[in-house]
Amino acid sequence: MERIDVSFDDTHVLRDVSLRAAPGEAVALLGASGSGKSTLLRVIAGIIAPDAGTVSIDGVDITTTATHRRGVGMVFQDNQLFPHRSVADNVAFGLKMQGVDRNERRARAEAWLERVELGGFADRRVTELSGGEAKRVALARTLAADPSVVLLDEPLTGLDRELHDQLVDELARLLRIADATVVLVTHDVDEAHAIADRTVALSDLQDGGEST
Amino acid sequence: MRSRPQSSSSINRLPSGIVATLVLIPASALAVFYAWPFITLMVEAVDVEAARATFERDRTWSIVWFTTWQAVVSTALTIVLGLAPAWVISRYSFVGRRLLLSLLTAVFVLPTVVMGAAFLALFPDSIDRTAWGVIATHVVFNLAVVVRTVGAVWEHLPHDMEHAAATLGATPLTIFREITLPLLRPAVTAAAAIVFLFTFTSFGVVRILGAPGTRTIEVEVWRRATQLGQVDQAAVLALVQLAILGVVAILSAVSSRRHSRALALRPSSRPLRARTPRAKALVTVVVLATAAIAAAPLVALVVKSFSSPNGWTTAGWTGLGSAEIRPGLSLGLDPIGALVNSARTAAWSTVFATVTGALAALGIAAAGRAGRFLDAGLMLPIATSAVTIGFGMLITFDTAPYDWRASWWIVPVGHALVAVPFVVRSTLGVLRAVDGQLSLAAATLGASPTRAWAEVVVPHLWRPLAVGAALAAAISLGEFGATSFLSRSGGETLPVAIAELLGRTGSLLQTKGYALATILAAATVVLVMLVDRSGDLSGARSNGADSADPDGVDRVGR
Amino acid sequence: MTPTARRTAALFVAGLTVAACSGSDDVATDVPDADEPATEEATEGETPDTAAPDAEEAIESDSTEPGSATDTTPADASTDTTITLVTYESFPSEGTAINEQLATFSDQTGIDVEILVAGDTGTMLSKAELAVGNPEGDVMWGIDSTFLSRAIGSEIFQPYEATGLDAIPAAFTDLVPNAEATPVDFGDVCVNYDIGALDELGIDAPTTLDDLADPAYQDLLVVQNPATSSPGLAFLLATVDEYGIDGWQDYWQRLVDNGVSVTDGWSDAYYGQFSYAGGDRPLVVSYGSSPPVEVVFSDVELDAAPTGVVEATCYRQVEFVGVLAGTEQPDAAQQLVDFMITEAFQSTLPLDVFVFPANTNVQLDQVFVDFAVIPETSRLLDPDVVDSERETFIDQWTDLVIG
Repeated sequence: MERIDVSFDDTHVLRDVSLRAAPGEAVALLGASGSGKSTLLRVIAGIIAPDAGTVSIDGVDITTTATHRRGVGMVFQDNQLFPHRSVADNVAFGLKMQGVDRNERRARAEAWLERVELGGFADRRVTELSGGEAKRVALARTLAADPSVVLLDEPLTGLDRELHDQLVDELARLLRIADATVVLVTHDVDEAHAIADRTVALSDLQDGGEST
Repeated sequence: MRSRPQSSSSINRLPSGIVATLVLIPASALAVFYAWPFITLMVEAVDVEAARATFERDRTWSIVWFTTWQAVVSTALTIVLGLAPAWVISRYSFVGRRLLLSLLTAVFVLPTVVMGAAFLALFPDSIDRTAWGVIATHVVFNLAVVVRTVGAVWEHLPHDMEHAAATLGATPLTIFREITLPLLRPAVTAAAAIVFLFTFTSFGVVRILGAPGTRTIEVEVWRRATQLGQVDQAAVLALVQLAILGVVAILSAVSSRRHSRALALRPSSRPLRARTPRAKALVTVVVLATAAIAAAPLVALVVKSFSSPNGWTTAGWTGLGSAEIRPGLSLGLDPIGALVNSARTAAWSTVFATVTGALAALGIAAAGRAGRFLDAGLMLPIATSAVTIGFGMLITFDTAPYDWRASWWIVPVGHALVAVPFVVRSTLGVLRAVDGQLSLAAATLGASPTRAWAEVVVPHLWRPLAVGAALAAAISLGEFGATSFLSRSGGETLPVAIAELLGRTGSLLQTKGYALATILAAATVVLVMLVDRSGDLSGARSNGADSADPDGVDRVGR
Repeated sequence: MTPTARRTAALFVAGLTVAACSGSDDVATDVPDADEPATEEATEGETPDTAAPDAEEAIESDSTEPGSATDTTPADASTDTTITLVTYESFPSEGTAINEQLATFSDQTGIDVEILVAGDTGTMLSKAELAVGNPEGDVMWGIDSTFLSRAIGSEIFQPYEATGLDAIPAAFTDLVPNAEATPVDFGDVCVNYDIGALDELGIDAPTTLDDLADPAYQDLLVVQNPATSSPGLAFLLATVDEYGIDGWQDYWQRLVDNGVSVTDGWSDAYYGQFSYAGGDRPLVVSYGSSPPVEVVFSDVELDAAPTGVVEATCYRQVEFVGVLAGTEQPDAAQQLVDFMITEAFQSTLPLDVFVFPANTNVQLDQVFVDFAVIPETSRLLDPDVVDSERETFIDQWTDLVIG
């Protein structure tokens, strides 16, 4: 069972914001650009330390735990694929960090590539990928590491219409497979509804507001 | 003329006669003063007798070995020690960031004799004159190369990539090993190549700081030629050095081509203040340590210029009018005279370099492919050791009608050879950035290409030319290797005078040497401070030149 | 650029321009205005000037502080030429009797002599070799018998048979059969010791070369590099003479183990490290004629020489002066050479450059006679051996001693 509990004060961006998610639930966080939703994600990931408040997973307070020990996966808006590694190596990175041996890593990476419909891309260079392909690799990479929490920062923003529609369904499907708690940040309401179980507006959460 | 891929700049439409002139003048200067002496030297070296004598001597091989291993160790240490400051400066903003960067750059552009003198002043006698003293000097000297080269790329590494790795479970150490280092590798390799080149051809530092038996190939070439009169054997050694450097250059080029990858260079992430106490502590330690390492030698230099076995004295400064060994007996050089000589040489050298460099930049921008050749050719003198340049000129220009080695202008020309590339780099970036729409606009108002260009583009060049001129002056003031060959008795420049004074046993003479070194250091630093104004490692904002080496402070005063 | 930077830059550029326009170093060759001394900034030490003999002018100029000497050309000189005398560091650049003699020469002939110090002997010779045909000066003083064959081989000299050579012993002129150079003085290169310092240490003075390698004299000896210094080379040859071509290396190894110190030039060794001159080594390679100089120049009255000479270490050395090939003023140069073997000039040599005059007619100063050491026998290697083996000796020595 997993619960995410965030409440903290940040005079600039996030003011007394609390968010709870049930284990396995997918929550979409809506807000305009610059509203602080990415910041909230980063707080959860541990990239930004909150000035006040706590973050906990499964009841365990992880506010002061370093990012790499949180078991929180994050897909960045610009993917942040490692350019010096192949596609498969990117996807397998999290597994490598977990100490999985090489053959197993390769097998699982390839399995995930199949799932995102990039079978055969294993040895491609990351720099040669199209926008959509890169997004899928980023996703595979995060999910392959089997995190308990998955954060997505505007995953479909900036993609053209056709790609967007295609990926919305895929994303929904993949996230269900992953069986993790998901927090998705976007400014597109339809996207939110399509993927998430519950949608919340950041503005509603500010200043001690409650999520419905 | 084929139009360039960029906007149709008016430079393409300059009459070909003008373009040809622009290219030919610098090209012929390069051919006459660099290529010809170089070839002469190589021809001189192809002498079986001399080669046999040189290679049969054990000393030759031990010198080659020493030169190589001290260069490798110096390079490795510089890289390792330079990574921490590079990281701190590129990642974090802190009080005195710009100052630290300027300090490192100032140290880098100091003439080699000054650095040698500073470390001579700093180290106790036990370390003085050993190989490790030389290596330590090399490391501190070249820190700026690593900090700027690697730091410039590090600045552009997205922080988020490291965060992504962290979310995948990578510890900070693992992130550094798996993500950061591989991405920095091209920059590290580039920095290593530069540092290796400098330390391998080290001359001034070794001469000042090394014991008589500690000799690099460069020093041995000089010694054989000017102290023993064995020009042919010296030439053989020069060729050996070139061969080794050539091999290293090829290896480095091959390696960098294989490993270079397109990094999506974003606008650099702005350096932020350190947030966690741990980060703050780390930053503080690194900054203070780096500043101490860089500043200590300079402080020691100034202190030593005021000290004598009996305590403080100003005799070193007030007595700069002479270099007597004892009343009536003089060292044969006049410190103040050397200062005047240096200033005069620097003035002429700057004029030569600026004019030639300006013409070259214009020509390179205008001439397309031929321009690229000229650009590459002009860079050659930097890659060639200073001693080779001076030595080549000495043995080439020795018969009428080109018996120029005694002319007053030969030393400034030698200096200018090394300075021109800096003027070019400084000017070319601006030229390319500015040209284009502006001159097109002028054309629509009826200006001929030449006119449009003169009125619209050229005025933008004054600033980069000034920058280039300042660099040229700094280079000339500090040049030691080539000058050691070309200077005639009585016409010594400051570095030569300093080396002489510091080589004596008498403490007053040495104190004068330190005083002169302080003067030279101050002059160089002032010149460079005028130039290096931005705290931006990559210089992308300041003048649009290529990011690895913003103000061209790549190599000064060797 | 900010205004401050602009101002600084402008100032700097102005400064450089002024420096550039201050003109290159030329020598005073123009006829000066009769009413004022023509001053020229010389880069090296200059001969001091005396008042112009012509009573009408009554212009006097003093020799100014060292380093920025001015040159007053005599207003009534018939020709105004200046020639450059290239020499080594220990040649006095001003203030001694030699310089006065050179001034007299100028008065007599109208030729001014500018002294150009080119480093120590080996470096001076190498520079001349590199510049052959376009020499740095007109006359060179200081090539000695140990370096002579190299100088002749490189053809840096223009042969000239000086007037007055009959006053020079044949033994010396035989060394230069083609009159490439002119013998001008001779001496013995010997190890000198500081009597007072040795007394304080409670050690007897060494008497043989072997003694120098004895641990009793550890860390007490300073020598010069034979590649660059002529007394250094002479001393090396002395050891070759004593121990043979195959044995001298072992001897030098023992010297190295015994802590011998090496300098590049004689002046650095004598004035920098010799204890009598303020250093910390009481044994130094110098000249047999060094002790009397110490007596003469001593501040207090001395009735015995404060330094001594180890006679068994002495090596005979003849010094030469020559006209440099390619000089633009061969006549003036030749006049100077002639002058340098006259009695008047030669009599200044003992006390100023610690050597004996080659001119046999010169009466030596009593103090010299009293205190100078002329050893009964002085070593001298066969010049042919020196010629063929010098490079090898120097190379081997360098490897052994300097490392």
